[in-house]
Formats: sequence, structure tokens, C-alpha cells
Amino acid sequence: MTGRIILVTALILGAFLMLVPFLWMLSLSFKDSAEIFSSTLDFFPARLSLDNYITAFTKVDLGRFLLNGVIVCAGILVFQFLFSVPCAYALTQRRFRGRQVIFGLVLAGLLVPFHVTAIPLFLALAKLNLLDTYTALIVPFVSSMFGIFLFRQAFAALSPDLFDAARLDGLSETAIVWRIALPLVLPAATAFGIFSVVAHWNDLFWNLIVTSDPNLATPPRGILYFRDRESGSDIGPLMAATVIVIAPMIVGFLMAQRRFIQGLAAGGLKG
Amino acid sequence: MIEIDAVTRCFGENTVLDNVSLVAEEGSFLALLGPSGCGKSTLLRLIAGLDDPDAGCVRIKGRDISGLSAVERNVAMVFQSYALYPHLSVAENIGLPLAMRELSRIDRSPLGRVFPASRQRRSDTQARVKKVAASVGISDLLDRKPGALSGGQKQRVALARALVRDPSVFLLDEPLSNLDAKLRVQMRAEIVALNRATGRTFIHVTHDQVEAMSMADRVAVMLGGRVAQFGTPRELYETPSSRDVAAFVGTHPITFVSGPKSGGLHPIFHGVGVPSPSGPVVIGIRPEHLTPAPQGPITGRLHNIEYQGAEVLLDVICDTGITLRATATGDWQPPTPGSEIHLACAPVHMHVFDADSGARLEAGHKGAASCA
Ligand SMILES: Nc1ncnc2c1ncn2[C@@H]1O[C@H](COP(=O)(O)OP(=O)(O)OP(=O)(O)O)[C@@H](O)[C@H]1O
Ligand SMILES: [Mg+2]
Repeated sequence: MTGRIILVTALILGAFLMLVPFLWMLSLSFKDSAEIFSSTLDFFPARLSLDNYITAFTKVDLGRFLLNGVIVCAGILVFQFLFSVPCAYALTQRRFRGRQVIFGLVLAGLLVPFHVTAIPLFLALAKLNLLDTYTALIVPFVSSMFGIFLFRQAFAALSPDLFDAARLDGLSETAIVWRIALPLVLPAATAFGIFSVVAHWNDLFWNLIVTSDPNLATPPRGILYFRDRESGSDIGPLMAATVIVIAPMIVGFLMAQRRFIQGLAAGGLKG
Repeated sequence: MIEIDAVTRCFGENTVLDNVSLVAEEGSFLALLGPSGCGKSTLLRLIAGLDDPDAGCVRIKGRDISGLSAVERNVAMVFQSYALYPHLSVAENIGLPLAMRELSRIDRSPLGRVFPASRQRRSDTQARVKKVAASVGISDLLDRKPGALSGGQKQRVALARALVRDPSVFLLDEPLSNLDAKLRVQMRAEIVALNRATGRTFIHVTHDQVEAMSMADRVAVMLGGRVAQFGTPRELYETPSSRDVAAFVGTHPITFVSGPKSGGLHPIFHGVGVPSPSGPVVIGIRPEHLTPAPQGPITGRLHNIEYQGAEVLLDVICDTGITLRATATGDWQPPTPGSEIHLACAPVHMHVFDADSGARLEAGHKGAASCA
């Protein structure tokens, strides 16, 4: 019993430590600047003011940044699914020469950090006159080694009989990929979707490198516009903008969480 | 007609099918009988076009189908693992092969709900799904997902999915193994009836010899990747071609008695009237052919009695310590255990096998010598 109490206390403490910065950000976003810079430390704002949120949307084009974030993340996600699911299917359920070699290359690709390839990619995009476009933001990420690997592992766990049955039922290989294979690995697909969206929504690095146009800024770069101003940092609106930027991630994760846990692949086979 | 011509399939070093040749006449019912791991499923997959043989070929209606895909061969298969799609309902599982073959892309799309002609075709397929579901007794399960079904129910869904269309061949990989005894007997009869009604060729894989014997026109006994014997159930039972086939076929396990190393029958069988072969042999004798008879030539002591209603199984220990299994009718009054008992057996029911190769020796023809 006491062991349990200690455990729960430790977990609550840990969770609290992780959450404090977020809660502090939330609290600041509702305070006016006088209160923010007051000498006393108050967790709860004296009065709830939405001024910071209004400023966040009016001072810079936050709506535009959010839209850019959606376009870039959706573009990347669609192409990642389009390429990695059939590729993973071929790697597990088809027999062809060089299969192991290709899978080896995928594994090797997993080991290469993105930053290593950043310069060559940048040069290539510059040569193609693609800097400062959505294409530059999306194209480098359309093939995801991680996605291929994740889907391959998920497909490898499925019974080959399922795919044989689908072939006998008259489905083409393409139809098998989208109508049989993908629905069966929905938990893995959800997990991959969350990873991908979170990573690219939060990515500042690549946006800074290939775009300078403020109209192409994604949320993380957009937030920067609140900072290095000559008038000093605009803490209140900055916090409000940050809350708005991370809110979709949190809501999205909470909604997808159930899918995460749902085991779907079980049940259609013997035993 | 399906001809399997000298098919060999190896997985690496492991030869799973070794020069297998079989013929199934059009509309016939062929059973592949064999123990686990003998290559039955592998052979079915070769016929279905899901795998390719390393040597030999498969012909359907005289046409070599080596190059054809699984769809083009138009076979229906019940998989050993059922292979139901977990994310589709039972009705969708059964309807998918129909939809893929008989509906156009537009019929299948949401647009298909709108056009009258498409709607007609869609409701036709749904009606067929309902009909076949009723025939295997799963009408009330149509909205469930496979995950919510018992093993036997899944098996019937898999069967329904194969039966719903009109293929040239039905391949059934142990379709009844998970059903309870009553349902199994019922489904056996229904599958055979279906074979008669459709006139299609059925290939039925099983490791249950009762199933194979009772359903099939012809049975291929497969042992270790080879066809050990191919014939009618009666031939298999009455003239098993080898010791292993004899051991595999028959309700009660056959009893084997080795003769002396120097050759000839074991002494206890000398009075039966089977000519003694010269080489070393093994005698196989089925319990149902060995019955108590007052003047029987085989004598022993009654050791154990197993009453089964219609018949009584007897364990008889002969002088030399050999245990024989015999049967008597259910109304037979057994003497007290330990007392002496005489058994008789018709010479035709004594199967003589070569001790080394296990091959059947035709008693009285090969190397027969007079009784000692
Ligand atoms: N894809 C494969 N790769 C390697 N070996 C295989 C493969 N498929 C089957 N085998 C081997 O072939 C042999 C026969 O397999 P198969 O599935 O045909 O047996 P079976 O007669 O259907 O047995 P069961 O009654 O248990 O289903 C087994 O030893 C198995 O290990
Ligand atoms: Mg099998």
C-alpha cells in the first residue's frame, strides 16, 4: 500500500514537472504585460484577458502561419503514405530479387540524420529554383524511411494467407495495399501520422533554411516574429501564439489516442 | 479435370513436394490425406496459383496453367487459417469476391447506390450473400466482425466466401477441423451434396481419415511429400500399398506383428492359412477383422476389455508376449480376463508388408513357401 502511495506520488510529481512550463505558458498568455513583469509570482492571472490572443492574430498573420503549417504537414503526410505503404507492402509480401538489399538500404537510411542531407538538398532546390516555395518545404520529406520501416514491421506481422485470399478474391495488388493491408495496420498508421505531423508542425530548421518569405512561414517560424523586435520581446502575445500553435497537436493527439490503443489486426485468423 | 504432373517444390534444401502426380476427374471429389507437414497446403497453393512449382506442371481441363495468375485460374479456396478480413463484416467478407468479379468499379463506388442498374446488381449480390450464408447457417452473424466469431463460425464464413461464386475448382484446406462433431458430420454431407449439385471439382485437404474416406471419390495419401497411394477409399482400406498407408487408414489403428528375421510369418499366424513368404515380413491386421471364434487358429489370453456399445475392443496377449487387438460385437459375452481365448481372421484381411521397405507383398504370389 505504502509502495503504491510512493509510486503514485512520484508519478504525479514527474507529471507536474513536465507540465509546469506548459501551464506557465498558459497562465502568461492570459496576463497583461504589467502583470507579467510584476515582482510577485502569481500562477493564476488577476483577471482573464484575451487581449494577448487578439494581439497575436492582429500583429502578425498567425492565421496564415497556421494555414501554411496545415498545407505543409498535410502535403508531407499524404505523400509519405502514398509512397511508404506500397513500398512496405512490397518489402514484406512480394518476392523479388534485391528485396533484402532494398530493405538494408531502408535501414541504413534510418541511420542518416536529416541534417547531414540538408546542404545537398538545399543546393539542389536552389539549382531548381524551388527555394521559397511549398515544394521546397514538402519534397525532401515525401519518402520516409521511418514510415517504410514502421509499416514493414506491421505488415510482416500479418498472415500472408490474408493477402493470398485477397488475390483469389480478385483484388489487384494495388487494391490489396489500400483496401486490405492499410486498414489492418490502422494503429501503426495512426502512430506514424502523429509522429510525422508533430515533427513537421514543430520543425523550424528546414523552414528557416529554404524559405525567407514571411508568407511561407510555418507556425514555429511565425512565432519568431514576436521575438527579436526592437521594442523588446512581446511575452504575452508570444505565449498566446504558442498556445494556439501547440493546441492542434494536443487536441489531435488526444483524439487519436484511442486509435493508438485499439488493436485492430487481431481476430480474423484462427486462434 | 485437374492434372498434377510430376510436381516438385523445394524450400531451400527442404523438398516439400517430391514428384507428385495426381488426376482429379471433372466434377469428382478428391481428398488429400496426410499427417501434418506432409505438403498438403503447399500442393493446394500450387494449384491455386499462389506459388509456383520448381518442376512439373498443373493442367486444368488439359490446359497448362503455369503462367496464369490466381484470379485467371478462377479457383475458390478455403484457407486453413480462414484468412477472413478482420476489418470487414461477415457480409462484406463473403461479398468481396462477388463484388470484385461481377460488379464494375462504378457499381462498387458510392455512385452505385444511385444508378438503378448498379443498384439492381448490388442487391443481387447481396441476395446471393444472404442465400449462401443461410446455407451454412450464419444468417444471424452477417453484421459481425470476424473478431467476434468463434472458430467454427469463422470456418463457416470462410466456406461461405468460397461457395458464393462459381469457380472451376474448389480447394478446401481442412475446412471442417474446428467444427464440433455434429456440425462436422452435417457439413461433410453438405459439401458432398454441393459437389454433386455444382458438378465442380473439389479438392479437400484433411488429416482426418474418416473425413477423407467418407467424402471423397478418390483419396491421395500423402506421406513426407510423396503420394504414397492414390485410389478409391475401398482400395486404400482393402489393399494399402505400404505399411505407412495401412497405419494411416482405418478407424482403429492397425496392429503390426513382425515375423522372424530369418523370414516368414510370425509363428502365431501359422494356422491362419496365409502362405508364408520367404523374406522377413511384417503382418498388419486390423482389429475389426480379428474376432473371437471357438475354433480360431490364434490363441492368447484375454487381457483387457473396452466396451464401446456397438462393439467390444479386446486386448489379447499371445504366448510370445505379442499383444493383438481384436473386436467383437457389442452383445458378445466376454469370458473373465486372463482366460484363454481363440481368435480367427480371414486370410484376405492379413496384410503382408516387406519388413525393410514397408511395401505390400501380395500374399500367395511373391516368394510364397509352404507353411512350417
Ligand atoms: N514458405 C515456406 N518456406 C519454407 N518452408 C515451407 C514454406 N511453406 C511450407 N513449408 C514447409 O513445407 C512443409 C509442408 O508444409 P504444408 O503447410 O504444406 O504442410 P501441411 O501438409 O499442410 O500440414 P498441416 O496439416 O499441418 O497443415 C512443412 O515442413 C513446412 O515447414
Ligand atoms: Mg496445411
